[in-house]
Amino acid sequence: MSTISAVAAHDDHHGPEKGLLRWVKTTNHKDIGTLYLWFAFSMLLLGGAFAMGIRAELLHPGLQLMEPQFFNQLTTMHGLIMVFGAIMPAFVGLANWLIPMMIGAPDMALPRLNNWSFWILPFAGAILLSTFFMEGGAPAFGWTFYAPLSTSFAPDSTDFFIFAIHLLGFSSIMGAINIIATVLNMRAPEMRLMDMPLFVWTWLVTAFLLIGAMPVLAGAVTMMLTDRNFGTAFFDATGGGDPVLFQHIFWFFGHPEVYIMILPAFGVISHILPTFARKPLFGYSSMVYATASIAFLSYIVWAHHMFLTGMPVAAELYFMYATMLIAVPTGVKVFNWVATIWKGSMTFETPMLWALSFVMLFTIGGFSGLMLGIVPADIQYHDTYFVVAHFHYVLVTGALWGIIAAVFYWLPKWTGRMYNETLGKVHFWWAVISVNVVFFPQHFLGLAGMPRRIPDYSLQFADFNYISSIGAFAFGLSFVLFTYIVVDCIRNGKPADSRPWYSAKGLEWTLSSPAPYHSFNTPPSRADILAESQHS
Amino acid sequence: MKQLLTLTGAITALMSSKAAIAEYGLNMTKGVSTISGDIYSLHMMVFWVCLAIGVVVFGAMFYSIINHRKSKGVKAAHFHESTTVEFIWTGIPILILVAMAIPASKVLIDAEVLDKADMTVKVTGHQWKWQYDYPEEGIGFMSNLAQSSRDATKLDDKPENYLLEVDKRLVLPVDTKVRFLITSNDVIHSWWVPAFAVKQDANPGFINDAWAEITEEGTYRGQCAELCGKDHGYMPIVVDVISKDAFATWVTEQQADKAAAAASATKTWYEDELFANGETIYNANCSGCHQKDGSGIPGVFPAMKGSNITNGPAADHLNIVINGKGGMPSFKMLGDADLASVITYERRAFGNNGSVVQPSDVTSAR
Amino acid sequence: MSNQNYYIPHGTYWPIIGSIGISTMFVGFANLIHDVSWGAPVMGLGLTILVFMLFGWLGTVVNESISGIYNKQVDRTFRWGMSWFIFSEVMFFAAFFGALFYARILSVPWLDGAGNNMFTPELWEGFKATWPLVNTPGAIGQSGTAFSTGFELVNPWGLPAINTALLLSSGVTITYAHHALRKDHRNALIAWMIATIVLGVLFLGFQITEYGHAYHEGLKLTSGIYGSTFYLLTGFHGFHVTVGAIMLTVILYRIQKGHFNSENHFAFEGVAWYWHFVDVVWLGLFVFVYWL
Ligand code: HEA
Ligand code: HEA
Ligand code: HEC
Ligand code: CUA
Ligand SMILES: [Cu+2]
Repeated sequence: MSTISAVAAHDDHHGPEKGLLRWVKTTNHKDIGTLYLWFAFSMLLLGGAFAMGIRAELLHPGLQLMEPQFFNQLTTMHGLIMVFGAIMPAFVGLANWLIPMMIGAPDMALPRLNNWSFWILPFAGAILLSTFFMEGGAPAFGWTFYAPLSTSFAPDSTDFFIFAIHLLGFSSIMGAINIIATVLNMRAPEMRLMDMPLFVWTWLVTAFLLIGAMPVLAGAVTMMLTDRNFGTAFFDATGGGDPVLFQHIFWFFGHPEVYIMILPAFGVISHILPTFARKPLFGYSSMVYATASIAFLSYIVWAHHMFLTGMPVAAELYFMYATMLIAVPTGVKVFNWVATIWKGSMTFETPMLWALSFVMLFTIGGFSGLMLGIVPADIQYHDTYFVVAHFHYVLVTGALWGIIAAVFYWLPKWTGRMYNETLGKVHFWWAVISVNVVFFPQHFLGLAGMPRRIPDYSLQFADFNYISSIGAFAFGLSFVLFTYIVVDCIRNGKPADSRPWYSAKGLEWTLSSPAPYHSFNTPPSRADILAESQHS
Repeated sequence: MKQLLTLTGAITALMSSKAAIAEYGLNMTKGVSTISGDIYSLHMMVFWVCLAIGVVVFGAMFYSIINHRKSKGVKAAHFHESTTVEFIWTGIPILILVAMAIPASKVLIDAEVLDKADMTVKVTGHQWKWQYDYPEEGIGFMSNLAQSSRDATKLDDKPENYLLEVDKRLVLPVDTKVRFLITSNDVIHSWWVPAFAVKQDANPGFINDAWAEITEEGTYRGQCAELCGKDHGYMPIVVDVISKDAFATWVTEQQADKAAAAASATKTWYEDELFANGETIYNANCSGCHQKDGSGIPGVFPAMKGSNITNGPAADHLNIVINGKGGMPSFKMLGDADLASVITYERRAFGNNGSVVQPSDVTSAR
Repeated sequence: MSNQNYYIPHGTYWPIIGSIGISTMFVGFANLIHDVSWGAPVMGLGLTILVFMLFGWLGTVVNESISGIYNKQVDRTFRWGMSWFIFSEVMFFAAFFGALFYARILSVPWLDGAGNNMFTPELWEGFKATWPLVNTPGAIGQSGTAFSTGFELVNPWGLPAINTALLLSSGVTITYAHHALRKDHRNALIAWMIATIVLGVLFLGFQITEYGHAYHEGLKLTSGIYGSTFYLLTGFHGFHVTVGAIMLTVILYRIQKGHFNSENHFAFEGVAWYWHFVDVVWLGLFVFVYWL
């Protein structure tokens, strides 16, 4: 039926508008993707700069640079900015750029809403950052903002923080709705669900997680708002509430949230490995099922962050078992990746290096996650640097690694130019070595008993903190090189082919490089789709 | 990638060598309670299992990376699916996990369930100090970060046990089943002594319990393990575990001290006595928020210097310190003499000129 | 006719206007809470901008819709979009229902020593767990609690039952309206729409009356966890009914303008779905907040 076909609407096949207003008004998925990616990158630098502040203060025992209250503000803002400002927007940016191209669509399903999803972010970010300049300072209660530290005991700026979270929530929910509508409704008519590339699959599942989780976070901050200002008693035992209730609501959002930050990265890796191993992805359908299982399980394990809140033993046992189960589908993914490269014919261009190291380093983070899930052992690990090490392995060498790998992999498609391969490799080795120097010693610190979120520590922790801080400065510097590589590619890169990577599969490679402003004016045929699919 | 392998290898070697563990504190402590050893073994078991899986998975990866590369002229195979292997690598991890879950459940139940305790200690978290009460013995006290640590935060020269020393330690008898009743007066704290394998959140309005039977005499140190505000890093825990006899003696001494303090609260004090005692109490209990020089932190903690309350009627001042208000905790657990001292100190120091408050005023204000 | 193509709009200013509006509103609100004098006017300004944006944006969509540039596929996009938006609303309410169940089943009994909390009652001498929690732990034997105490319960079989009947029948009337629309029975359609709106407005009126009673009997936001869950759940529900009623009115206006026909009326259906959602939430409220 021809009415269903997806063809760009304009009779006038115009390109982008000129000038700055183009970016404000745009409804084009590529423009919006670009906005997201640059926004996320600047937030990464800012959140990273906060991390540098944290590591500088922790370089030596004692208070050197800042007061404890300011240190807590930095920790809190670092966590919030990285999670909500850097990682999540970066993945939405990738989704915007890639999903329409991967499913043979002209654009996203709701282009105007797409613009709004993005343009809420800078405002939310500005409100959040403005709290630094308010009396009493920025929020200092950690990115998990447990009540009552965030209710009765927090500065006035907290209410601005609450509204910033509301705005971020709107943005994410609208973005997720858009992605679901795009994937379900804008696919080339000949593309079945089980023909979709894995990045599209993982994002579809992620979008469901977002729609399920973000409103719950909005509920949590709303209760905070009324507890703080209108006399309700949700988190106050004197009125019959319970501070631990806050944690349940927060983690009901928070645990799916961490998978929101990793599933799209899983998708990216599932594209890169087959390309450079010159071999189809192993176990396409089990990858899809594993993604869905992880998403399902992520809704029923939240209290593994709360093993020490005084839950009944039965609940602890249940949450321990459920948490351990997540290792199974995640393991399936890891094994499928290994089977994908097995007996391939590998070359090691920059994206491949990032993808291979992702598999290893993420798995290390997964192992420490599994250890944290063992309740009696978590008695000793909880709220120590062991947890910090765990989540940086899954977030930095997991989520962020996936993003950087994606940038190198699709940069030629976005810009029409190749980046400098030698510099790319130098940057990779620099980053992969230094990142381990930052975060590996933190396992030891945690096991030896260093609590997290402290500005100052006793002397037996001095050596490893020193190593970790030096590693952090080195890792931070690697981003200067990264910025250079990207800018150099945009400005001076050699022109790229439409399919710059040997044997890369996917509809996006059938488009010219740089990709045309409106991706697919005519939907690809069944034959094209099958030829580019991941399971043939 | 190779560097990574060497790094991981070197670190594993370090971890398995006993000497290194002692020197650098690389691993979890075995502890001194009846449970802590089990937890340590569980931790090591899970660690070795993960390491073994890691060796297999990363081994396969490295083998493939080394051998299946284009530069060696390898042609890519084309297999991409096998239901059998998918079943195998779903099944085996499940078996491994079940094998882990069984001992984990056992240790958990041991750690959580205590039928009968020999004694009870109530632990109350405050911003940023711990209060210990022995309900059966009728004694109790506050335990603050030691002044020597507090003074040294900005010095190069750190005292021994920097940040891990308190002005008054918790004292417990050895080989006794102690039940800890843990709660909080303000925000959530978490009472953690690694050597006992006890870490339990202190939730305001609820009482959690935990227990330990400590098998070796000695001094054990821990820290607050839940972000509780500005000085979360500065509320250590120090426990002296002593013989049962020594403990009995210690309890008698404490009870005598308490009686003496009660007696001194009925007499009238000189202003300079109050002021001197008040300064110590202020620095230990109040300076964390209102600052040593009474300047407070604008927007968070009001200044004592020039405040309407410290310079106004004593009744208001007594009321806020005894009952608390919002972020200001209640200090009713301090003795009458100490409260009178600290209030007098606040009213006379920092250039304030409020009136002197006597212990008897506190008694009647309660 | 370009009806074969998926309609991709040109650049638009509405989103950025919306962002300015909503952030102005929130900044104003946050300042209002902290008694800053310009808080209220700034919040009002933000709200005005937001409403202006909504009219402008949706107006554009309406014009595009009647000019016929949308095809079936666009229609399906709107359907997916609306369904998942409603699902996100469901999850928002789920957070508050979760809080209600947690308080009833766990935290209130725990404060009285249930489960593994046998030591907790030490802190709350004389406290007895009951639901509804009329006497909060802080109000018993403790001085200086912020929570007022002692209130009369709302009788579920009075106004709430009437309200249940009203909302349920409004669900029926809107379904009749839909049938009429599908058969192009314009007069019946308008009559059923008016009936639905009237029922919704009646509901709101009774709800306000009931708030008045409850408040008079001492049940306030500050009455502890019962008041908290009661007012936030019913309050957010009432807010959604208000929004739904406004949307229904707009749809009625558009019906009169002849925007819909038996084939093409997604806007009507979207609002109808929303109205049913509000209905279902009320059933949950009636059962768990008022009745059981
Ligand atoms: C991208 C984000 C991300 C991801 C993917 C994960 C993945 C996992 N996390 Fe993590 N986690 C965080 C982000 C993430 N986490 C964050 C941010 C925090 C701290 C929040 C805060 O307090 O601030 C945290 C904290 C955290 C805790 C709380 C610790 C505490 O505070 O005491 C726990 C406890 O159970 C946990 C468990 C797990 C588990 C079991 C997984 C699993 O999904 C891992 C599964 C993967 C593997 C196991 C490896 C691969 C599998 C195989 C090779 C198969 C074979 C393996 C076996 C059979 C063992 N995480
Ligand atoms: C989501 C992703 C994410 C990412 C990418 C990171 C990245 C980093 N984090 Fe992360 N971190 C979190 C999420 C993340 N973090 C969260 C959720 C918490 C918990 C917060 C809480 O407790 O509430 C946390 C907490 C946290 C702590 C614990 C703080 C504490 O408990 O007190 C530390 C300490 O070392 C730390 C360090 C780092 C470092 C060194 C990086 C590096 O990878 C950063 C590298 C990037 C840059 C450095 C920026 C780029 C470079 C420049 C701007 C050029 C200038 C460079 C120099 C000045 C050298 N983080
Ligand atoms: C945990 C932080 C904290 C500690 C410790 C603390 N206070 Fe306070 N104090 C506050 C806060 C917050 C307020 C403001 C309360 C309000 O007005 O809501 C306050 C208010 C006061 C006031 C009223 C000042 C005014 O101008 O309104 C006095 C007097 C006071 N505290 C005395 C003390 C004394 C005496 C101690 C120690 C024995 C102490 N405080 C310890 C946080 C603290
Ligand atoms: Cu008390 Cu942290
Ligand atoms: Cu989790």
